[in-house]
Amino acid sequence: MSNGDRITGDVPGPRADRRGFLGAVLGTGMFGLVVSVLYPMWRFVFPPRDVRAAEEAVGIGPADDFPFNSGKLIQFGNEPALVVRTAEGEFRAFLGTCTHLACTVEYRPDLGLIWCACHDGQFDLTGKNIQGPPPRPLPPLEVQLRDGEILVSRPK
Amino acid sequence: MSLNPLKYVMGWLDERYRLEDLREFARSKSVPMHHTIWYYLGGITLFLFLIQVVTGILLLMYYRPTEAAAYESVQYIISEVPFGWLVRSIHSWSASFLIATAIIHMFSVFFKKTYRKPREFTWITGLVMLGLFMFFGFTGYLLPWNQLSFFATKVGTELVGILPVVGDTFMRMIRGGEHVTGGTLTRMFGFHVAILPALTTILVTIHLLMVQRQGMSEPLTGRPRRAMPFFPNFVLRDIMVWVIVLGLLGTLSLYFPWELGLKADPFGPAPQGIEPEWYFLFMFQVLRVMPAEFLSIDGRVLVFMGFGLLGVAWTLVPWLDRGAARGRPSRVINWAGLVLLVVVIILTIWAKFYHH
Repeated sequence: MSNGDRITGDVPGPRADRRGFLGAVLGTGMFGLVVSVLYPMWRFVFPPRDVRAAEEAVGIGPADDFPFNSGKLIQFGNEPALVVRTAEGEFRAFLGTCTHLACTVEYRPDLGLIWCACHDGQFDLTGKNIQGPPPRPLPPLEVQLRDGEILVSRPK
Repeated sequence: MSLNPLKYVMGWLDERYRLEDLREFARSKSVPMHHTIWYYLGGITLFLFLIQVVTGILLLMYYRPTEAAAYESVQYIISEVPFGWLVRSIHSWSASFLIATAIIHMFSVFFKKTYRKPREFTWITGLVMLGLFMFFGFTGYLLPWNQLSFFATKVGTELVGILPVVGDTFMRMIRGGEHVTGGTLTRMFGFHVAILPALTTILVTIHLLMVQRQGMSEPLTGRPRRAMPFFPNFVLRDIMVWVIVLGLLGTLSLYFPWELGLKADPFGPAPQGIEPEWYFLFMFQVLRVMPAEFLSIDGRVLVFMGFGLLGVAWTLVPWLDRGAARGRPSRVINWAGLVLLVVVIILTIWAKFYHH
């Protein structure tokens, strides 16, 4: 207890022990106080996970109204989705968020491709990334025709 | 006792607060005499920051930070509020100018080796402030809630998300959720008008205190020192430059009012020809031409890490160039800085003229 001795001078051991003990208690208490103030603040700034359930299926109107060689962005849950009707009349659908840096893609009838304006990423009509910086294909969605109505859903 | 009211008030204050010290300080403060524009850039940046504070407070009187009302409230400011168009345009133009003068200030400090001992910490606080100003630009960009800013925010925050381990958590923190939504707008607003101004004010104060404490640096060429009084000579010159800058801002705001664009549509495509503000163009261009994978590393991670390492090296320049303090600055460092500057300028121009 050399530290205690130096401070209290003539006071022998037990008192110095008490001082050290009180210091430790006070220090631990202060540390606990600081943590219990900072921890809720730290947690507060991180938002809770989205609880909204992912959309199951979205109807986007009659197939006859959808021109050949065109695309349409729809709201799918809280994400955009791209529905494309190819020049041959086939329907394809993908999540519309570019796999590079999350811009929203669009169909380019002049190129016959899916294109992202932000960094020039290109995807073919199977959703495969074919040019530019996107690292992965677009996640595909399922398109069904029910009574002539287009229904977009997550693949099973 | 004199009947002159000003003298009376000064006497009253002097009796209580000993103003003689301040007067003595004002009399004796001097700055080295070099008739170059570089000496005014820090002051101009400070002036522009003050303009941002004043116009920002004015905009706060009408701006509403919600997804439903933000765009309309800015529209209201620029079309209905008296001089609203002027206040908003000056805020935007001044932001752009501020980044420009801060960058020029930084490079002039770099090439004149002013960062050398004992001013290492002044250099670092300056760099941190430039970072804060860019974050100011990034957060303020979203506030009008238009198409361009919506996607710029998506890209910028997504970049945080690609960081290993902590990326996803921090991306959600900055966005205020999984996606860029009205929640992100509220959060950016909080950064822009509360957190960043507070941090910047602290740093500006430290930066200026250090300049005051150490005096202005002098060039390495050991010419005999000549000095000019700070009050009133240098201050008057400062003010003259500031008036010119203010005139320039007013002129630009009048003839080139800042555009508002179209309201953001979270489920619409990214607009064609989208690009960030000029000071982010060099990074933007690298992101655009970097392939998905390079040397079997994710291209985005590579870009992020590359700029990160560059930033660290730039911060450590006062220590990498120890010889500068003894009057022998490293030529390698000087050339590296020059190459960096030229590359950034080339990338910026390339981004402007790059069309698909």
